[in-house]
Amino acid sequence: MTPPLLDIQRLSVDFATRRGTVRAIDSISLSVAKGETLGIVGESGSGKSVTSYAVMNILDRAGKIAGGKISYGGMSMHKISERDMRDIRGREISMIFQNPRAALNPIRKVGQQIADVLVQHNQATRSTARDKAIEMLLAVKIKDAEKRFEAYPFELSGGMCQRVVIAMALACKPQLLIADEPTTGLDVTTQKAVMDLISELTARFNMSTILITHDLGLAAAYCDRLVVMEKGHVVEQNTSQALFNAPQKAYTKQLLNATPHRDSYVRDLLTPEQQAQALALPASTEPGAALLSVKSLKKEFGKPGSGNHHIAVRDLSFDIRKGESLGLVGESGCGKSTTSSMIMRLLDTTEGSIEFLGQDIAAIPAKQFARHALRGKLQMVFQDPTDSLNPRWSAERSIADPLLRLSPDMTDADRQARILELATLVGLPVELLNRFPHQLSGGQKARVGIARAVAMEPELLILDEPTAALDVSVQAVVLNLLEDLKHRLGMSYLFISHDLNVVRLLCDRIIVMQQGEIVEEGHAHEIMDAPKTDYTRSLLAAIPHPPAPDASASETTALVQDGAS
Amino acid sequence: MSLGVKSKRVLTRVLQAIPTIFGILVVCFILTRALPGDPAAYFAGDMADAESIEQVRENLGLDQPMPMQFVTYVGDLLQGDLGVAISTGQTVTQELAKRLPASLELTLGALLLALIIAVPLGVLAATRPNSWVDHLCRFLVTAGVSLPTFFTGLALLYVFYYLLGWAPPPMGRLDMMFLPPEPITGFYTIDSVIAGDWALLKASLAQMALPLITLALFTLAPIARMTRAAMLQTLASDYVRTARAAGLSRRRVLITYAFRNALLPVITTLGMVFSFVLGANVLVEKVFAWPGIGSFAVEALVVSDYAAVQGFVLSMALLFVALNLLIDVTYTLIDPRVGEDS
Repeated sequence: MTPPLLDIQRLSVDFATRRGTVRAIDSISLSVAKGETLGIVGESGSGKSVTSYAVMNILDRAGKIAGGKISYGGMSMHKISERDMRDIRGREISMIFQNPRAALNPIRKVGQQIADVLVQHNQATRSTARDKAIEMLLAVKIKDAEKRFEAYPFELSGGMCQRVVIAMALACKPQLLIADEPTTGLDVTTQKAVMDLISELTARFNMSTILITHDLGLAAAYCDRLVVMEKGHVVEQNTSQALFNAPQKAYTKQLLNATPHRDSYVRDLLTPEQQAQALALPASTEPGAALLSVKSLKKEFGKPGSGNHHIAVRDLSFDIRKGESLGLVGESGCGKSTTSSMIMRLLDTTEGSIEFLGQDIAAIPAKQFARHALRGKLQMVFQDPTDSLNPRWSAERSIADPLLRLSPDMTDADRQARILELATLVGLPVELLNRFPHQLSGGQKARVGIARAVAMEPELLILDEPTAALDVSVQAVVLNLLEDLKHRLGMSYLFISHDLNVVRLLCDRIIVMQQGEIVEEGHAHEIMDAPKTDYTRSLLAAIPHPPAPDASASETTALVQDGAS
Repeated sequence: MSLGVKSKRVLTRVLQAIPTIFGILVVCFILTRALPGDPAAYFAGDMADAESIEQVRENLGLDQPMPMQFVTYVGDLLQGDLGVAISTGQTVTQELAKRLPASLELTLGALLLALIIAVPLGVLAATRPNSWVDHLCRFLVTAGVSLPTFFTGLALLYVFYYLLGWAPPPMGRLDMMFLPPEPITGFYTIDSVIAGDWALLKASLAQMALPLITLALFTLAPIARMTRAAMLQTLASDYVRTARAAGLSRRRVLITYAFRNALLPVITTLGMVFSFVLGANVLVEKVFAWPGIGSFAVEALVVSDYAAVQGFVLSMALLFVALNLLIDVTYTLIDPRVGEDS
């Protein structure tokens, strides 16, 4: 057997923090063969990114390799000088990062950034760099490459920026590509395009790939072998198929469980212990009268005829009935966030009516709605649980905020009692109420956001990608919490997301939006099983479906290809 | 981005300065009118009776309603007439033309000196946290911020003039033994270089050294601090990590990727720093008997010399607007994102 391209033996990395040394990864061993695609899967804090930084020797100042060996093609990476390391980076091993827009220098032309890499590694001279960079832009399928060479990152979409980052990484035809969450924050369709591009190019150049992700489904769809990491340890490693069919360790099983797939119900995501504690869901509920009725809603930005004129939402009509959950699905830029902002009355409408509890609220100017009587009945849970909390407010203060603003007559004792009640309702340990956002975990912050939203007993809750920033196991718990609350409090949901698989778990009906219009509307199972439009089909096809634990891997591939046709 | 778009943006920015200048005129006019003291009485002299004061008031146009006075003022201004400074008897325009270069030479010189020291210091401090450079940077920043300029000025004089005798006496721009160079730019250093008079250059530099250092020490603090903070931020950014992962040389990562981005907030800070220096200038000129407009303005203010104070405030404000304009334009040229809503 040929030696592996990259071999990591008992690697440990320590970080010096104010509270002393923290071991981020502890004695892990893994290897990548030539031409192989390895997936490293784990939740935040598992040490998966730190592993890759250690390989590239680009750890922060605080981090240092505490033990173990990294060898690449027979070289001991942890021993070589920084100068030699620089020649290896970009030329032998290169890396793609998450958040592509931030990963590019904002004030340098993207083509120039690719050219920098080419010139650095003597793949081009100053005179040929431009042509070679354009060649790379073409290789990553950027149209109009000649013109795009001159573009700055802010002028490109997230997907485009990621293509540029890929072009930078592959410019010198390295042997090993490390992709660190390359599609986090991108739409499902863009995710598929980017992942397909990476696998196509790495296959063409006969490169090895390490894909670091929190998404088991994505890793399974693109990798030969998977390594599951938890808290700095390798839990399990096996071929993708074997890992899915016969997970050995409890953590892997839990992770597999929590990853939503086509046939799972919201309760299936929980561990057996959690399921035992969960509320029994009614078999089916019949939705009541219309709660929210949106008619011919339209939103224009800029003046017609001017350069920045843009119609974000055109002629949108839909109803949400009492006790119903409606999913609003579409790619970024389809107008779903504009729609939610208009319903929340954060944004004025151009045309159309929004009837909520029998009153047309579209006529109320956005600035005045904050003091409107109906404001308490309409609440929102935001996408980023960290950024949507005031960093200087304790959890208690955040939850108290709507109570203070919308029912100022409440006595302090009543408010205190209500906060405790809310914390219990969302499963936030009462002793955490005094903590500030930075002292809470992602899931705990999400609970604070939800408690704040339900404080005024709203009729309608708008959920704007509430789990997009959370780990799968936390997502599973939060989704279940939302399902419980809906039945306990009799709320209706408007669930906004780009991920059909997640929306399906909570919603009875789904609306698919594209370019400000509804392209398809129907029951969740209709949309999932028998989509009528090509757009919905492409959205479905883009979701990387992990195989059901008993199904064989070949069926999964067939499914994905089916949908793509 | 085409060059056309950029030049259009620059032009827009220049046009935006016009209302600002008009606003300055109004404020400056009203402020001087609000000063205590009656200029008519001052002009008429100690022996004047009520009637002759009234006479003088009429001659000066001070009996007119305020809006009329303003129109006359702006009209005169457009012809370059700033009035006559009572204290010296010369026109304000002449006074300013003579004194402004002296102040500018000091201010710009100090700004330049501060930049040359502060920017590399900030960069070095950011790339080597907790090293001796970082500590030096912290020391200079703290000293520069906490020591008032008149104190530094006097302390420097005490050590380098009184104790060591290295510096010439603080008696203005040039030693008595020298004649000023032919005024071309009004900056003695530059004019003496043009004239090829090296002894003169040396003499003027010697006179300038202490006030320059005093001002520069005060100026470099905010610049060094901002550079260090901005560099720390860009060095921790995702794009610098990408550049490092792509194996770019340390030089390229530091300069092209980190420093150029860090420069943006530093440029913004410069505008603010310039206004500090203009203020500090007044004190430093007093300490070193520097014949600039700062000391001129203080004297004029004491005797409520309208025209002179107005001329001073106006020229300072215009200078400030011009420099801010320059900074904004530079910013527009460096940062492609300006004017785009992201």
